[in-house]
Amino acid sequence: MADVLTKPFRRRATPMNLRLWLPLVWIAVVAAAALFAPFIAPHDPLAQDLMLERLPPAFMDGSEPGHWLGTDSLGRDVLSRMIYGARIALFVSLIAATATCIFGSTLGLIAGFYGGWPDRIISRLVDIWMAFPPVLFAVLLVAVMGTGLGSVIAAIALIDWTRFARVIRAETMVQARMDYVDSARIGGARRAATLVSEILPNVLPSIIALLMLEMGIAVIVEAILSFVNLSISSDDPTWGSMIAEGRGSIHFAWWVLLFPLITLFLTVLSFSTLGEGLKQHFDPVHK
Amino acid sequence: MTHPIQPAISDVPALFSIRNLHLSFPDRAHKPLLGPAPRIEVLKGISLDIPKGQITGIVGESGSGKSTFGRILVRLLDPDSGQVLFDGQDIGSLNETELRPLRRDLQMIFQDPMSSLNPRHKVSRIITQPMKRYGRGGTRADAIAALGKVGLPPEFAERYPHELSGGQRQRVGIARAIALEPRFILADEIVSGLDVSSQAQVLTLLGDLARDMGLTIAFISHDLSVIQYLCDNVVVLHHGVIVDQGPVQTVFDAPQSNITKSLLAAIPTPEIDEDWWAETESF
Repeated sequence: MADVLTKPFRRRATPMNLRLWLPLVWIAVVAAAALFAPFIAPHDPLAQDLMLERLPPAFMDGSEPGHWLGTDSLGRDVLSRMIYGARIALFVSLIAATATCIFGSTLGLIAGFYGGWPDRIISRLVDIWMAFPPVLFAVLLVAVMGTGLGSVIAAIALIDWTRFARVIRAETMVQARMDYVDSARIGGARRAATLVSEILPNVLPSIIALLMLEMGIAVIVEAILSFVNLSISSDDPTWGSMIAEGRGSIHFAWWVLLFPLITLFLTVLSFSTLGEGLKQHFDPVHK
Repeated sequence: MTHPIQPAISDVPALFSIRNLHLSFPDRAHKPLLGPAPRIEVLKGISLDIPKGQITGIVGESGSGKSTFGRILVRLLDPDSGQVLFDGQDIGSLNETELRPLRRDLQMIFQDPMSSLNPRHKVSRIITQPMKRYGRGGTRADAIAALGKVGLPPEFAERYPHELSGGQRQRVGIARAIALEPRFILADEIVSGLDVSSQAQVLTLLGDLARDMGLTIAFISHDLSVIQYLCDNVVVLHHGVIVDQGPVQTVFDAPQSNITKSLLAAIPTPEIDEDWWAETESF
């Protein structure tokens, strides 16, 4: 018996988790661009120069040195606008997704753990909420509250909390049936303490995965609202407004549309992949 | 008293005195469209004394209500009616707040050690958290001391449950229960998920600890051979009614009910069938 028990314990070597590191690298690039935008952007994102309108990217004929990704119809530098656009995209996604996550997850945890009337109230609220068409709801909300980043963040949080509430409620219900919840009770834990210190750590990987997904969704929603001009003013550089603007000139100045679109695509993809990667990484059983 | 069975199963004073205990669950499968669901009676008036400082086996087929009965003893379930006297106090009607100070004395070891140990907590935290709640230490040294009592080395304190084997996990479950120095431990089918050699080790360990610490244990099992090995007394449940009870040897030697007889017959014995032996002899 003794030799079985004292046998040295080895942790299995973990292979490099690409689902974790690839998205992290891209998000780090975008985050660095956002943080240090004034230092790395080659031009003022708002500076117009009608003499330099619709210049192609640096690798094509007719390009101007310094405008790496070309210019748009008002002669504004595409790369600089994309870098400043990252600021708005990340700011909105961080604040909106975190707010959505905290609000929705709390309701989901309460509904799933306590059951009974708290569950009935929260679940019915989710049902009613989900019956609204989300885009219409967002447009309506922004129309009422006025355009601006605050309205965009509020719209995202008010629409998408149901996603967290539903998923986390289901996950909490599964965990609440586990024996370790009963053993916490046997060990004298209060109900609220059991929820926070026993169940929450087991639901946290799902919450983080959803949070990452939500950050991606927030980037998209911000871009959509910018696209339809319901975000901040169209002068301000956002990926969505760049795409909207590039749409008009796609046949002769495709770069105005394509580069922000690729950035948006990669960022959203990175966030949702990162969610899965983190979930795997923090799962002690699979680690 | 609707059931005339004598509750006393030994001369030792009782830690638990259960009188006319009833429990039923709603049968949602047969719920009519309107009105309440019919109820399934799980425990039909159980009266029983659990003697102090002894190990009492509770045995029965699946569906006999033995686990349900055990969960009432540690008040994970509420009885419909009847008394559950723990050291003279009726704990059957207390609410959770009133129960909390008593829970230190009413510990439980679970059947499935994987799901009863929080997968996100280290072994040291699993053992010390209840100790901290009851102000009974809770340092790393306490965790290591508790691990030592169940024969696990100190470095296990820093491991997660999934890094342990089934037998080791069950030892952690035992360590958590005894760390509070309770007066009563419910052991619910604690070896049914383990392989035979781990079973023997865990049973021996529990028997030794019970003797050393003077614990009162209710040991639930469907396996009479395990009961015979470990317990002082045995209670046989069938469909929520006690059909046999008494000191292990008495019940095993002279079973009163057919249920006990059939459970006894199910014990695999190392005896050799005489006909088969005679046949082999003739060759």
